[in-house]
Amino acid sequence: MAWETVIGLEVHVQLSTKSKLFSGSDIKFGAEPNTQANIFDLALPGTLPVFNESVLKMAVKFGLAINAKINKKSVFDRKNYFYPDLPKGYQVSQLDHPTVGPGSLKIKLDNGAEKKININRAHIEEDAGKSLHEDYQGMSGIDLNRAGTPLLEIVSEPDLRSAEEAVLFLKKLHSVIRYLDISDAIMAEGSMRCDANISVRKVGEIELGTRTEIKNINSFRFVERAINHEVRRQIELIEDGADIAQETRLYDSELDETRPMRSKEIANDYRYFPEPDLLPIIIDDTYIDAVRDELPELPEEKKQRFISQLKLNEYDAGVLVTNREIADFFEEIAIATQDSKAAANWVSQDMMALLNKNNCTILETPISAERLSSLIMRIKDGTISGKIAKRVFEFMVSDSSSVDSIIKEKGLEQVSDTNVIDQLVDDVIAKNQSQVEQYRAGKEQVIGFLVGQCMQQSKGKANPSQVNALLREKMR
Amino acid sequence: MALDEKNIKDIAHLARLKIEENEVAESLADFSSILSMINEMQTVNTENIVPLSNPHEQTQKLRKDVVTESNDREKLLNLAPRATDGLFLVPRVID
Repeated sequence: MAWETVIGLEVHVQLSTKSKLFSGSDIKFGAEPNTQANIFDLALPGTLPVFNESVLKMAVKFGLAINAKINKKSVFDRKNYFYPDLPKGYQVSQLDHPTVGPGSLKIKLDNGAEKKININRAHIEEDAGKSLHEDYQGMSGIDLNRAGTPLLEIVSEPDLRSAEEAVLFLKKLHSVIRYLDISDAIMAEGSMRCDANISVRKVGEIELGTRTEIKNINSFRFVERAINHEVRRQIELIEDGADIAQETRLYDSELDETRPMRSKEIANDYRYFPEPDLLPIIIDDTYIDAVRDELPELPEEKKQRFISQLKLNEYDAGVLVTNREIADFFEEIAIATQDSKAAANWVSQDMMALLNKNNCTILETPISAERLSSLIMRIKDGTISGKIAKRVFEFMVSDSSSVDSIIKEKGLEQVSDTNVIDQLVDDVIAKNQSQVEQYRAGKEQVIGFLVGQCMQQSKGKANPSQVNALLREKMR
Repeated sequence: MALDEKNIKDIAHLARLKIEENEVAESLADFSSILSMINEMQTVNTENIVPLSNPHEQTQKLRKDVVTESNDREKLLNLAPRATDGLFLVPRVID
C-alpha cells in the first residue's frame, strides 16, 4: 500500500538582539548561570515588561523576506503553565494577532522542480530558562539566563511530504534567517530549534491522519532521521490495525527512536488571555517601508544576479548563495580577479573542502578572500600552474605569509625559462626513446605521457604548454 | 456548559491550587454562578464591535535595544530559599 507523509514544522529561532525581549538583561550565549537574569526575568513582584524595538524590527524583516502579510496590529497573550524555569507562571506569546501573518518560501526539490511551502504565521514570544536535572542536593537546579530571550516561532503549513523536503525547507529557512542576520540559528546551540508535526495517510486520501509532534530535534541530520523513524513507526502501527495516539514524542538521537513524553494527567490547557501588562503594538506603512529598505539582497535574488551578472551556471550559483558569508567571500574574489569561474571553482571546491575538514566557518579560515584572490592571479599571470596552486593553497592554511612569498620561499615558480625547458625536454626524449618512436609512428596520445615525464622531472614547475610545444617540435 | 466536580478539580490542578474535598461542592456552586453570568453576557449583541485588548487608547512604547542590567546574581540568589553553584534550587522536576 502506498502511503503519503504529511509534515508541518514549528521552528523557534532566538533573535540576536543585544538585550532580552522585555528587559535590559544581556543574552550572551554561554554565560555563567543566572548572571544574566535580573529582577524582571525572575518575575519579582512589581516588575513590568518593556518591549524591545529590535525584536519588532527583526520580526517584520523576516515577514517581508517570506512575502508575508505584516499585521499592523499585534497583541501579546499569556500562555499559562507551571514549570520552575518559567518564573512568571506564563509565557508571553502572540495567539490571535501575531506580528507576521501568512507567507511562503520556495524550496528546490532534487528533481529540479520548485515547491512553494506556505508559512502560516510567525509570532514573537519569550524563551524559558533551563532546568538542570542532575542531582543538586536531591533538587533540580534552575538557570534563568535564557528566560526572556526573544524568540520568533515560525509555523509552516502541513505542506511538506517527506523528510527530505522538511530538511530542504529548514535549510532554506536557515539561509534566509542568516542573510537577514536576525539570529545565529545554530541548531547545536539551541538558537534554532525544530518541532515536527507528522502524520501519514493513504495516497489519494484527503483527510489528514492523526498526527504526533516530535520535539527535541537539534540538527538537520536528526530532522531527517527523526521524521523517517516516526513515519515508519506510524505506518507499521496502522498496518497492524492499531490507532495512532495524538501525542508529543521526543527524539532520542542515540537510540534513533522516538518515544512518548511522560503524559500528564490532564491535557495541557494553556488558558490564553491578552497580556494586560502590554499594550497592542501598532505599526504603519512608513515603518514597514523603512524596514523593507534595510533588507539585504536575499539568497534567491543573489543567485539570479550571480547567474546574469557573473555568468555562473545555476548549480554553482545555488551552492555559493546558500551561506551569505561564503557568497560575499566568493564575490570579493570574483571582482578582484575578474574571473568568476575560477573564483567559483576555488570557493565551492577547495574552500568548502577546507571548511568541512577543519569544521569551521569561512570567517574563521586562515585563507582570506584577498589571499585566495592573489593565488588565482598568480595562476592567471603564469607564475604558477593550476596544479602547483593546489600545493600553495595547502601551504597557505598553515602559513600566513603572502602568496608571493610562499611561492618564492618554497621555490614553486613555474619555470618558463626556454633554456631550462629545452634541457628538460632533451633529457626526457633521450630517456624515453621507445615512446618517441611510437609518437613518430603516429601514436599521437603518447605526447601526454612525455609531457607528464617532463612535469614530474621538474616537480610540476615547468610551464606545461611550453613543454608540450617544444616536445612536438623536437620530435618532428 | 454545566460544570461538574471533576472540572473543579481539574481547574484547581491547572492553577496549582489545593482544594479540599469538602470545598469542592461550594466551589462548584461559585463557578457555576460565575459561568451563568458569563453566559448572560454572551447574549449581548457584539457584532461590529472590535474586541478590546486594552482599556487604554494607547499603543505599546518601545524600548531601545541596550543592556541596562548588570549581574546581580549573588543578591538575587540570596532571596531564594535554596541556591547552589549559581543555581536556584527547586523540588525535583521529572516531567
